[in-house]
Amino acid sequence: MIKVEHLDVVYGHKENRNYVVRDVSFSVAKGETLGIVGESGCGKSTVLRSLAGIEQGWTGSIEMDGHPIGKSRSRDELKLSQMVFQDPYGSLHPRHRIGTALAEPIHAMGLGDGWSNVPTALKQVGLPEIFASRFPHELSGGQRQRVAIARALTLSPQILLLDEPTSALDVSIQAEILNLLCDLRDERGLTFVLVSHDLAVIAHMCDRVLVMQNGGFVDELSKNDLRAGTTHADYSRQLFETSFL
Amino acid sequence: MSQAHDHAITIRPPGIGTRVVSSLHRFVKKLADEPLGMAGFIVLAVLVIVAILAPWLAPYDPSIQSLENALKPPSLVHLAGTDEFGRDILSRLIYGTRITIQTVLSISVIVGPIGLLIGIIAGFTGGRTDAILMRATDIVLSFPALILALSLAAALGAGLNTAIIAISLTAWPPIARLARAEALVVRNADYVAAARLYGASPLRILLFYIAPMCIPSVIVRLTLNMAGIILTAASLGFLGLGAQPPAPEWGAMISSGRKFMLDYWWVAVMPGIAILLTSLAFNIVGDTLRDLLDPRHARS
Amino acid sequence: MPDHNPPPILSVRDLNVRFGKNSIAAVSNVSFDLRQERIGIVGESGSGKSTTGRAIMRLLPPSAHIEASQMDFCGSPLLDKSERQMGGLRGKDIALIMQDPRYSLNPVLNIGRQVAEAARLHLGLSRTAALETARAMLERVRITDPVRVMKLYPHQISGGMGQRVMIAMMLLAKPKLVIADEPTSALDVSVRRDVLVLLDELIRENNSGLILISHDIRMVAAFCERILVMYAGRVVESLTRLDDAQHPYTRGLIAALPDPRNPVDRLKVLDRATLETAQ
Repeated sequence: MIKVEHLDVVYGHKENRNYVVRDVSFSVAKGETLGIVGESGCGKSTVLRSLAGIEQGWTGSIEMDGHPIGKSRSRDELKLSQMVFQDPYGSLHPRHRIGTALAEPIHAMGLGDGWSNVPTALKQVGLPEIFASRFPHELSGGQRQRVAIARALTLSPQILLLDEPTSALDVSIQAEILNLLCDLRDERGLTFVLVSHDLAVIAHMCDRVLVMQNGGFVDELSKNDLRAGTTHADYSRQLFETSFL
Repeated sequence: MSQAHDHAITIRPPGIGTRVVSSLHRFVKKLADEPLGMAGFIVLAVLVIVAILAPWLAPYDPSIQSLENALKPPSLVHLAGTDEFGRDILSRLIYGTRITIQTVLSISVIVGPIGLLIGIIAGFTGGRTDAILMRATDIVLSFPALILALSLAAALGAGLNTAIIAISLTAWPPIARLARAEALVVRNADYVAAARLYGASPLRILLFYIAPMCIPSVIVRLTLNMAGIILTAASLGFLGLGAQPPAPEWGAMISSGRKFMLDYWWVAVMPGIAILLTSLAFNIVGDTLRDLLDPRHARS
Repeated sequence: MPDHNPPPILSVRDLNVRFGKNSIAAVSNVSFDLRQERIGIVGESGSGKSTTGRAIMRLLPPSAHIEASQMDFCGSPLLDKSERQMGGLRGKDIALIMQDPRYSLNPVLNIGRQVAEAARLHLGLSRTAALETARAMLERVRITDPVRVMKLYPHQISGGMGQRVMIAMMLLAKPKLVIADEPTSALDVSVRRDVLVLLDELIRENNSGLILISHDIRMVAAFCERILVMYAGRVVESLTRLDDAQHPYTRGLIAALPDPRNPVDRLKVLDRATLETAQ
């Protein structure tokens, strides 16, 4: 579904060249959930933002659904993948009602005004329809994240890119959101790429995990590795040990 | 939570009417906690009403001269006294609100959108466009408003319209800089990134995502600027470059009153009080609006 | 325990905190004793855990009403103290370590000055002695090159090092009570443990009491002798081991955490409706 080869993201020029992501290659099968785990500044979010098309300064090749994807994307390419952001407070426009936010993707794509879609969009993430007329500040963090997920799904993408979707939420809310994401994945056969610093969340959600450090992958763990606590690199073992005190 | 599913509510975008009513309702509720701001709003509301109802409120015609009544002190017949031509000062002040409101409104209508648009375009696009727009803004910002107005008045002829044009020309740069600063923050927000991902065009992002976030601070800044605008307009009137006699412009009234100020204080003081009250009200309202519209400055 | 029954460092009975005209208490009827031990307060956002910590420090905004039938620090009631006396206690006898060192360090002073300032203020040292104490203390929190670090400004150091500096600054006066409010949530996982181990070491060395406030129930369980679980402003349970948890909220909280060693298809979700009725 996704194939990334020799992805580099470099900031700065000449002597100050700073590789944020260095020679990263991976692929994700259809329906698979890939996790990328690492600490702040390791480049995991940059990889995800390059996949999404927000980060434009990458070199290498990205393929989605068998087609190479360029830096500026057509509407059909955009419809292929959507993203859920970390901060539920920053990802919804504070002056747009929830209904407007959910109608916007369809409206912006020029596919109608989108409002007929709002009730189903709210229902599939377990929110009542009356929320359509509310503003984001009237919702809790978990409810906002549900809206953000619903918005990402309005264009029926096949790929969902998740950037720390629960790290700003309480543990009990995190469980609800993770369950919701699992249900949606099973229902719609979605492909997930999940980025997080929390190994427990990654391990719960993912079929396969890539461990990232200093802009490159240092380890790849399967679901069985995670269960047994097997690691193949020093860094991932250290990450394992410190994640579970 | 569940009763919503029982009734099939048709969900549609709320109309402009309900939106305006609900935001007004919220606004008034918040305003009730700010007595000073409330006072400012009331003063401005009274000003607008006076301007609209001037012909019915004014006890005399503002331009009818009666030389035998010249320079009468305030009394029950002439509440604010009369000027050197025997015109009733109160009536002139009442008609003067029309000129003031007209000046303030037309300048805001010109300056607000221009400043907002230039600011958000510069902030959103960045790069060369930003550099060009901001240098242009800096150049205009370096003109002293009064001097520019003087030269314009000299070139185009003195009058209220010239004053409005001159003040507008120099009043937009601060608004543009403010809007740009806001746009720079907003363009990096996740919701703008999300909008790009679902294919919103740059124009749509600019007008539907970025502009609404910049408008509140622009409104606040405009309101705070109005006090200055009133003073500049009055100064131009005082210098004889604003509204021309016999128009009852407050600055011009002070100017003509200054000749008699020592013996007949009310001729200059009455319009002075009017200017003071109005600009003070605008300042207070601006401060209150900032507290209400901009949560970053909110008092905890 | 060396002593049979040492007097508690902090003794709190029926602590209530209410904000402004709000009729619902942010904290209600919280009671506990703290000796030379480490107590963890666990709860989700809005549970009142941070408010409890700040109420003890008397650092809440003026709109907060604090009431307690007893809130004694080393035998003297905290609520009767004047703002001046509290100022003398804070930093010297009671220390607060906050979540993000980037916000709690002064951005315009270098690290050396800030730590030395604390030493001058609380230990009454001269300028040179204070700088020397600051250097020793930074070394104590395992900063390898204290002389270099002392010249740096807060934005030039990492979060982990910032938190060490914070700990050095807060603990150099050997306070009897340390309140750590989410001391590791802003840090990367790999430095979290180091910071906690360090904090733990210094607390033991000084024979102080520690209140560790966190949302992370596993971390608290690993580091504290006693855990107070807070929900909606109340302490619902006081535990020594996580396995003893009885209250549905605590159990729900533990079950909601994903654990790769025991993978499940769906995570347990808190049943808030039954919790509300149980309250």
